[in-house]
Amino acid sequence: MEIYTKLAYSFLGLMIVLNWGLLMGVTMRKIGARMAGRYGVPFYQPWMNLLKAASVRTTITHGYMYYLGPVFRLTGAVGLFLFMPMIFTGDPDGIWTNFSFQGDLVLILYFQVFGMLGMALGAGEGGHPYSAMGVARGLSQHAAVELPMIIAIFAIAIQFNTFSIYEIVEAQQGGFQNWVIFTNPFAAVAVILAMLGAFRHAPFNLVKAPNEILIGPPTEYEGTYLGFLMSAGSIIHVMEAVLFMNLIFGGAGSWIELIIKSFLIYFWSVFVGMVFPRFKIEQSISWFFKWPLGIAIIGLLMASL
Amino acid sequence: MSESNLNDKVREMLAKSEANVKNSKKNFTRPEDELRDVVAPDGSIIQVNPLYDYFSNEKPKEEKPRDGVVEKFLNWARSESIWVLGYGTGCGSIEIPPLVTPRFDMFRYGVEMRPTPRQSNAFIISGYLSVKSLKRVIRTYEQMPSPKYILALGSCTINGGMYYDSYSTINRLDKYLPVDVYIAGCMPRPEALLHGFAKLKKLIREGKAEKANEYARNFDEYKANQKKIINDWNMPDYNW
Repeated sequence: MEIYTKLAYSFLGLMIVLNWGLLMGVTMRKIGARMAGRYGVPFYQPWMNLLKAASVRTTITHGYMYYLGPVFRLTGAVGLFLFMPMIFTGDPDGIWTNFSFQGDLVLILYFQVFGMLGMALGAGEGGHPYSAMGVARGLSQHAAVELPMIIAIFAIAIQFNTFSIYEIVEAQQGGFQNWVIFTNPFAAVAVILAMLGAFRHAPFNLVKAPNEILIGPPTEYEGTYLGFLMSAGSIIHVMEAVLFMNLIFGGAGSWIELIIKSFLIYFWSVFVGMVFPRFKIEQSISWFFKWPLGIAIIGLLMASL
Repeated sequence: MSESNLNDKVREMLAKSEANVKNSKKNFTRPEDELRDVVAPDGSIIQVNPLYDYFSNEKPKEEKPRDGVVEKFLNWARSESIWVLGYGTGCGSIEIPPLVTPRFDMFRYGVEMRPTPRQSNAFIISGYLSVKSLKRVIRTYEQMPSPKYILALGSCTINGGMYYDSYSTINRLDKYLPVDVYIAGCMPRPEALLHGFAKLKKLIREGKAEKANEYARNFDEYKANQKKIINDWNMPDYNW
């Protein structure tokens, strides 16, 4: 296939993912509002917020890295999308496998951290003490999330003897009994628990909850920068859901299946957030090092023995 | 520069700053904010003026709205997404928390609270404003990105209300900051505040909520008024 056709389809896919991410986010907010007995935000609110962010007239600057922070974050999000096989059709060069190749699992894990590190540098240049505190909290919690998640993902990679997400999805075809959640339940449960931290909903949303005193790394960001961060956040939410869908829930055969599965995966984190109150950082770190890590190690042993 | 010379210089600088602290009776600037010499990492001595080096020293400029339908479209988006700074100045701020509860629920009108001035575009001056708070309010207002709106809640912001003869509160807010919408009452109910938001949205859609530009246009006048009442002016003039 011509590279230009593939790029055009990738752009289309990115737009679908961005808008689905915004719609999914606002749906979850509405679910939360209904749980609290409120009506909640209108469904078009995130698009209004993006337009409002783009229409701000004055902007400030703190230096080059301040500009590049949101750009890095968006790059991380787009990178996640470009190297993720979205729809499984049986053709490894299909339209919606994007630019996935052998060993892309490592690259995906790298892109998960890439945006965060760029954001940490940008927020650091912002110079606000709350940003620095948010960055310290975010990175320490992320380290605690990554360790069990990567051990569990390695268990899945050992099980199928490949680092290619496409091949992991291919190995799970032929009925739900072939999904990793049934063939290696310990690794899958570890991923499902670590997923809560990756989505950063309550109880693990201390880092950038807007109703905390510190909003965290984006304290100094306004206008278009904030718009970049909001779009990147939406794309990342969908892409992480798609990653977990590919790894343990057998991938998707069509966009409809992708939308249903990613909605349910994301809803799991929102559901937990509705039930449990917010953790402090030291509580969440000790929780991640206790339950998901222990289960992930059992999953690794089961896959390798 | 040799090490002994450097030590002498540092000692001299310390003595100078101590003398500054002792002699500063009329000067409200904190000692660490004063003009002083510091030793750079490479051993050279440089002069810093924290109040002016770390903040913008440029006056706010008037930002012209775009033409025609584009500005109308953007105004519509702005009116549907009003982010309020979570900062209560007086007793009126007790009327803001009920707005997030099921009974009033301001989220359905696109109104949200934000914790940082950089991300908010509406500022509720809630009730009486003491001179001490006014200083913080001015700094915060100037940090918000334009276009920005001020809702003045309660009678105290209009004419002083029941604190009209108080030694420490201001009587008329619009002498110091431009106000878009007044919400009268003592206290106004949360419904009145919601009505104020509806009024603000209408003004934004009509393109009449351009008070940030008015502030920039009459900046010198506003600054003179502010400096008249704030005696301990120890902050930069333009800190946005």
